[in-house]
Amino acid sequence: MAWTREEMAARAAAELRDGFYVNLGIGIPTLVANHIPAGVQVTLQSENGMLGMGPFPYEGEADPDLINAGKQTITELASSSYFSSADSFAMIRGGHIDLSILGGMQVAENGDLANWMVPGKMVKGMGGAMDLVAGVRRVVVVMEHTERSGAAKLVRRCSLPLTGAGVVDLVITDLGVFQIARHGGGVRLTERAAGVDLEEIRAKTEGAFEVAT
Amino acid sequence: MADKVQTSAQGALDGLLFDGMTIMAGGFGLCGIPENLIAAVRASGVNDLTVISNNCGVDDFGLGILLAGGQIRKMISSYVGENRLFERLYLAGELELEFNPQGTLAERIRAGGAGVAAFFTRTGVGTQVAEGKEVREFDGELYVMERALTADLAIVRAWKGDAAGNLVYRKTARNFNPVMATAGKVTVAEVETLAPIGALGPDQIHTPGIFVDRIVQGAAYERRIERVTTRPRAAAVAREEV
Repeated sequence: MAWTREEMAARAAAELRDGFYVNLGIGIPTLVANHIPAGVQVTLQSENGMLGMGPFPYEGEADPDLINAGKQTITELASSSYFSSADSFAMIRGGHIDLSILGGMQVAENGDLANWMVPGKMVKGMGGAMDLVAGVRRVVVVMEHTERSGAAKLVRRCSLPLTGAGVVDLVITDLGVFQIARHGGGVRLTERAAGVDLEEIRAKTEGAFEVAT
Repeated sequence: MADKVQTSAQGALDGLLFDGMTIMAGGFGLCGIPENLIAAVRASGVNDLTVISNNCGVDDFGLGILLAGGQIRKMISSYVGENRLFERLYLAGELELEFNPQGTLAERIRAGGAGVAAFFTRTGVGTQVAEGKEVREFDGELYVMERALTADLAIVRAWKGDAAGNLVYRKTARNFNPVMATAGKVTVAEVETLAPIGALGPDQIHTPGIFVDRIVQGAAYERRIERVTTRPRAAAVAREEV
């Protein structure tokens, strides 16, 4: 069985290490916060200007001045701090964040990532994604293995405009986990979702990968 | 000392607006936007604007009302996904758009306010963002040159301010406001509370008054939330007394 969104988030959460400063993107990456392993303490950074994100507020307690980068209302912790967008991206670009987990539209064999634009169709913008992949030490992409149309998202070369070139370290899809060695070291399938066979993964993947033994 | 305090948002913009100008507006989504000053820009009818702001509001609030008024010619933003009118105008070719990575946008504005003409960043190397820009290698890594950004007018929103123009922001409503306050040829701040001089505490000031030319207490704040997201309280355990 392919992994559900929650199972993908739980697998991504296994990449967290005690003491990490982490930025979580919109969508499945946001769910990672629900699966932080016992004994691991991480500090969540929100690029709109907050370190130490707390959980969503209780009903009736939402504060218009306190949102995450996905514009959802959140809460603060005793250890939280606030800062400007310039300081926020100094943290990100300056290599002070340990891990970025974000969504993807396409990931190529060489670690290129596309996740911000479909020419002529979708006009949203990159937000902070280009800064995150350029500046954060380790980049994990969590995405469905294929488009709804069935088209592969793990591709030889990205056809969509890039978010970053050679920036992805790990891809978690609903079918498995792929390690990417930046700078042309290739892709390795290291885990399969229980009950998903290699043939299915091969059929749904355009990019080349080797299988870890 | 020149009196910075204004009594209305409209008055605070008096003599500053002209067609074809560039305006920077603070805020992230609808959080921390100068909602009274945006409404005053809308009411002025000024047009052919270039607007620099991380987002463009929603269809009927924030900068979205300037779009609806046909007043914006060009936007410089990092993300506009919340605004359907924006997408329609852009795809129809009626609106110019320059996407900047969010951190690059913040740093371009910071540089503009700090007198730094340009800087080199790894962000965007190998992407559309770097096209037509100088790319240079430093210590074995590629960086793209980005130019500073300034504006004819910066409009920002703070929680509290005083007559000296000192500003204090609240929580994530800070976002782009402090950097934009430094990068306007003229900066107008609106505050929720105008406090007496001395009440804010010199060590607690986020934006020193030198960056603020005019200050006004907003007449009213809608403080709209884009995505109210909550969690349930721990459900009371159903039980009966015995």
